[in-house]
Amino acid sequence: MTTVFGIPVQAFLGQLLIGLINGSFYALLSLGLAIIFGLLNIVNFAHGAFYTTGAFVAWFLLQYAGISYWGALIISPLVVGALGMAIERTMLKRLYGLDPLYGLLLTFGLALIIQGLFLKQFGSSGEPYEIPDMFKGGVSLGFMFLPNYRAWVIGFSLILCLTTWYTIEKTRLGSYLRAATENPTLVQAFGINVPLLITLTYGMGVALAALAGVMAAPIYRVSPLMGSDMIIVVFAVVVIGGMGSIMGSIVTGFSLGIIEGLTKVFYPEASNVVIFVIMALVLLVKSAGLFGRAQ
Amino acid sequence: MMIERSLRILTVLSCVAGASSAQMTDKVIKIGVLNDQSGLYADLSGQGSVVAAKMAVEDFGGKVDGTPIEVVFADHQNKPDVGSNIARQWLDVDKVDVIVDVPHSATALAVNDVVKEKNKVFLVSGAASSDLTGKACSPNTVHWTYDTWSLANGTGKYTVKAGGDTWFFLTADYAFGAALERDTTAVIKANGGKVLGSVKHPLNTSDFSSFLLQAQSSKAKIIGLANAGGDTINSIKAASEFGIVKGGQKLAGLLVFINDVHALGLPTAQGLNLTESFYWDRDDKTRAWSKRFAERNKGHHPSMVQAGVYASVLHYLKAVQALKSDGDGKAVVAKMKALPSDDPLFGKGTIRKDGRKIHPMYLYEVKKPSESKKPWDYYRLIHEIPADEAFRPLSESECPLAKS
Repeated sequence: MTTVFGIPVQAFLGQLLIGLINGSFYALLSLGLAIIFGLLNIVNFAHGAFYTTGAFVAWFLLQYAGISYWGALIISPLVVGALGMAIERTMLKRLYGLDPLYGLLLTFGLALIIQGLFLKQFGSSGEPYEIPDMFKGGVSLGFMFLPNYRAWVIGFSLILCLTTWYTIEKTRLGSYLRAATENPTLVQAFGINVPLLITLTYGMGVALAALAGVMAAPIYRVSPLMGSDMIIVVFAVVVIGGMGSIMGSIVTGFSLGIIEGLTKVFYPEASNVVIFVIMALVLLVKSAGLFGRAQ
Repeated sequence: MMIERSLRILTVLSCVAGASSAQMTDKVIKIGVLNDQSGLYADLSGQGSVVAAKMAVEDFGGKVDGTPIEVVFADHQNKPDVGSNIARQWLDVDKVDVIVDVPHSATALAVNDVVKEKNKVFLVSGAASSDLTGKACSPNTVHWTYDTWSLANGTGKYTVKAGGDTWFFLTADYAFGAALERDTTAVIKANGGKVLGSVKHPLNTSDFSSFLLQAQSSKAKIIGLANAGGDTINSIKAASEFGIVKGGQKLAGLLVFINDVHALGLPTAQGLNLTESFYWDRDDKTRAWSKRFAERNKGHHPSMVQAGVYASVLHYLKAVQALKSDGDGKAVVAKMKALPSDDPLFGKGTIRKDGRKIHPMYLYEVKKPSESKKPWDYYRLIHEIPADEAFRPLSESECPLAKS
């Protein structure tokens, strides 16, 4: 049998694919963070908490309103996005113009409060969320069994990532957004409502986190700790990709998923630190991150 | 950027003031529940263990010979350094007399040393490593609820005897996982089975698919989960999703708590074999106690760890009362060993020279959704392992106390 680095090529392919699946969550989450940081200059530490909230809203909808996964996929990001916008309007807004550290502290505090509330109410083991009927089962690819739901996760998050990138980099709306960050006063003078634009951007970043939370619910479980488990890794992804670079966070998200997956085969004990080792190396060599521009 | 949560010590007074008697040190008997209040083991220990300790104090009458009893708690965050720091502060400054629970083996081993050094009492309920009554045994420690040897002897032996003779381990990469894998491997080999391989995963891993794929390609009949709490839940979920069980391999959850089964839901958890020393629905006494417990624990039924906290605190208080003193930890533990134990949750039992509490263990199977008739109705009894077979025989112990 052919082998790659001492393991059978079929097993190797399987691990690549699994890495890609985890990478899609990293990409989706870091994308939202990159948008918020790139356009608003806020280090949004509450991102993990919004991801958790997204999953919990999906669970509430199913439990108390009988609304299925598909409904949750639309409703949950809207609800959590609205919550994000309310937070931006009432709290974050006051911190613009101050050192980014203040935003970091505020969002970190919010994250702890949200997580603490869920923990108090639901405990640490969380609640189960069934995989939607349509995606039960899976296909055998020859080298591995691919659950249908995970295939959907890869496909859907790729589409989401690329759409977001296109919207910001290639459309008129995106150009307003980028211009508003560059020179808000001038853009305001052209009759564009900059504060509204900023609120909407924050809402969109948060909605992306909630969407990732809904997608993650059937794979993991709906647990108060799901966000805090993820957020530090996702920050590392954003730093490696280059703070605020949108394409950077997408590419880095997927590739780090793969690298982490392969570490689980070759040196499993190190699988939770490998991303940080890479982060340290990247920062040493290229301090602006792989795709970032030095300021 | 990593911001460490600052060390939080939350103190709650449960029973305050009252007359004091001269024999007790510092006029109060202080019980410190040290466990995971916010992480992956918070449900199986956490506030539930605090509730259990308080229930034991109340059921005892709230006082020992007029000396009030107080319950305090803290979060050890599953970090040995945090745990031993809190233990030092408790024993040195805060006048804590006994530390209870500690559901993280590496932390428990660290606290074990501190308690011995300060000559206080350590009642282990949550931690699993059989080293606590093996090479790390201490005259100040009682290991109450279960240990890795008894889990291996229950689930491991039964699985091999039922034909599962080739194993692959998914092992949590710290003291507990290593001990559980070691003890189970010994049982598998003794019963004619073989271990084909193992993979060590970091504590608190969210995605197990990669590890399960490795287990799958090993072609072992049994995938042994030498992990606990959230890690076990995630392993079982991913195994069901990736069709591991449908593909003919079986999972053996070596340490599965009722809270894990609750979080998984019966459709995913059904058919799983597990070993526990306590199940709330075993008899009228356990049902009555669990009902009281659940009312104070947001409807969540007790895990064996929480039951162990209750029973061990109760027995500790009996020993202090008999001794009329709480100052000398070694003497209190010696008294606990001398007195036979009797409580509504574990029945009659004894504590051995090495600190091991002896009682029966039970092998359960998780019910199918159709068999479950009421909330938390999850287990079917397969086999009762009698007390004299449930734990490692003294003759095999590496504990110096066992030889004396």
